[in-house]
Order: sequence, then structure tokens, then C-alpha cells
Amino acid sequence: MPPGGVARCRRCAATLYRRPKHGVDHTLAWLLAAAALFLIANAFPLVSLDIGGQQTSATLHGAARALHDQGMTVVALLVVGTTIAAPGLGIAAMLYLLLPLWFGRSAPGSMSLARLVQSASPWGMLEVFMLGIIVALVKLAHLASVVPGVGLWAYAALMFAFIAAARSYDSHRIWARLTSIGGATT
Amino acid sequence: MTPETTAASAGLAVCHACDLVSRLGRDVHAAHCPRCGASVHLRKPGSIARSWALLITAAVLYVPANVLPIMHTGSLFGAQSDTILSGIVYLWHAGSWDLAVIVFVASIVVPLAKLIALAFLLVSVQRRSTWQPMQRAKLYRAVEFVGKWSMLDVYVVALLATLVHFQSLATITAGTGAVAFGAVVVTTMFAAMAFDPRLIWDPVSEARARRA
Repeated sequence: MPPGGVARCRRCAATLYRRPKHGVDHTLAWLLAAAALFLIANAFPLVSLDIGGQQTSATLHGAARALHDQGMTVVALLVVGTTIAAPGLGIAAMLYLLLPLWFGRSAPGSMSLARLVQSASPWGMLEVFMLGIIVALVKLAHLASVVPGVGLWAYAALMFAFIAAARSYDSHRIWARLTSIGGATT
Repeated sequence: MTPETTAASAGLAVCHACDLVSRLGRDVHAAHCPRCGASVHLRKPGSIARSWALLITAAVLYVPANVLPIMHTGSLFGAQSDTILSGIVYLWHAGSWDLAVIVFVASIVVPLAKLIALAFLLVSVQRRSTWQPMQRAKLYRAVEFVGKWSMLDVYVVALLATLVHFQSLATITAGTGAVAFGAVVVTTMFAAMAFDPRLIWDPVSEARARRA
């Protein structure tokens, strides 16, 4: 199949497999960018609020902690799981798989991680969270002056880098490479 | 369309973990993928029962998710509790009608449409319907695609509850409705994952085989 080609089901026309246009180099580049942005997005505040000199700011993990403190631990876990854990683990697992593959090797546990990447992907909700930030800011705009933080810009960039990495991640070829290299433990 | 040969009729099955197609042995129920070791089956086991169980859970949770407040606001001017719907009304009156529409679609239309669509798909599969399989397959894909967008309101509440705590002026805390609402989103996503869309086509293939 040519790069950029798509395999469709003969019966229901669903996309079975889309061969990415670029190879592993491309995916690795996006992943490294995503990893750096992920750290920045989590370290710096997303937004700050200012009412007459009183200031508050929200980081991602800060939001989770605030929910936990209010007795909403389940919601806190949901937020952490979909905005930090799923994308973070996804980036880490893909890097762990692809970096050794780039050197023609495979790291131990690669096969179970390749499975993890596939099962974690529906739970990453970066773009939904981004829309959530916008809605929250609009609701607050009349109440206080809203200052976007470094984390917000990093988060927006992370969203694009992550989507680009995930789109160029070629699971079929990675599985084939893992098998042909061998020695990979399940 | 001509009668098609399917992998299943040729004794082949695809692995859901690594997508490898392999030949099924004599014992169809104890097959494992030769490459990654995951269990391999022609159809997801117990798909209909699991999907129904999760769907009914979601339908029950849908009530507290919409009735209970998802957010409490305390300010100088008194306390106020907001449900999902009143939050949308607030956005509308504040002049952000575009965002009000987005939140209305993501929080009210999408979860309800998902519940109805999945129930319809399950009933049609159980009745072995051969009606419009292509449209039903597309409906399933739409349900899968929109799933996570309902999380929007949970994030909005999380951010507001973090940002707005100015002791004397205004404080926002999350309400119990947010828990129920998050649970609805997660359970409907699991229900959609449990459903096996190939079940839509099985009665169609059988009917074709009988005619041939």
C-alpha cells in the first residue's frame, strides 16, 4: 500500500487502516515535541484570575487537587485520567517503543506497551479539555480579568503535536517490526 | 453488491489488540493471537449483554446527572446552584449564544442521542434485522466518534471550581451532579466499545446465503 493510502472495508466502507505519509522519524519528532510541551503545560498555570488585587491561578494538577479537596475525588480522577495520564502515558509508551526501533532494536515489554497505546487512545481528551478552557474563560470574563498563562499556550500546542504524533503512528508496521526483530518479550 | 467471502467464513479472525489475521483452530473459544498472545474471537464475547448492562447503567445515571446541581456558586449576593441546563441558560443570557449551543449539543443532545442510538442498534441486532445495515454501521461510527465530547461540562466545572475561590467575594465548588455526569460519559463510552458492529452484518450475510 502506498504512503497515505487507505484500506476500507468492502462491506461497510469503514477505514480499516490508514498508512501514514511519513515514517518513524516523523512520529518521533512529533513525540519529542509533545513530551516537551507536556512538561511545560503541566508545570505552568493554564489561566489566572484577578479580582481587585486578589489572584488565583489554575494548573492541571491543581484543578484535580481542588476537586479532591471538595470531596469530588471521582471527578478529580476522571480529569487526571483523561487530560494527564492518558496523553502522558501515550507519549511515554510510544517513545519507549519507537526510540529503540529507530536503532533497529526492541525494548523489553514492547508488545504489551504497543497494546497499551492502542487501548489508551480513546481516553485522551486533550481537544475536549481545550474547548472546556474556552467555555470556562467566557463564563468568567465578566467577573474578573482573565490572564492566559504559559501552560495554556503549551497545552494548545501539545494538542496539535499529540494529534500529529498519533496520526503518524503506524501500528501495523510497528507490530511487523517488533515481530521481525524478535526477542521482544510479551 | 455480490455475495462476499468474509474472513469469518474462511476460518480467519482478526486480533483486536494487534490486528494480525490468523487462522482459527478447531477450538474456536480458546484461540490466542500467535503474535501478541491476546485472546482471539470472531465476535466480541457477550457483546450484547455487556453493552445493554452498561447502557442501562448510563440511562439510570442520566437522571441525577441532569437533575442534581453540577456546581454551587457562593457570593456576596447569595448562594446559587446550577444544573447542566441552567448553566446553558446562563451562557445564553450572557450573550455567548454560540458557546451555549456548543455546550447544549455536547452535554444534553449527545448523551441522549447516544443512549437512544445504542439502544436502537442493540434491539435491531437482537431482532436480527436486515434493515439498512449501512446506515446502522454509520450510526455506530458516529456514536463512537462523539463519545468523548460530552466530557466538556466536567472540565468546565473543574476549572471554575479551581479558579473561583475568592473568600469573601465568590466561591465555586463542584456538585454531585458532576460525578453522575462524568459516570454517564464513561459508561456510554464503554457501552459503545462493548458493542460489536459486525453483529449488524451477520443477519444480512445469512439472508444472502439463504437466497443464493
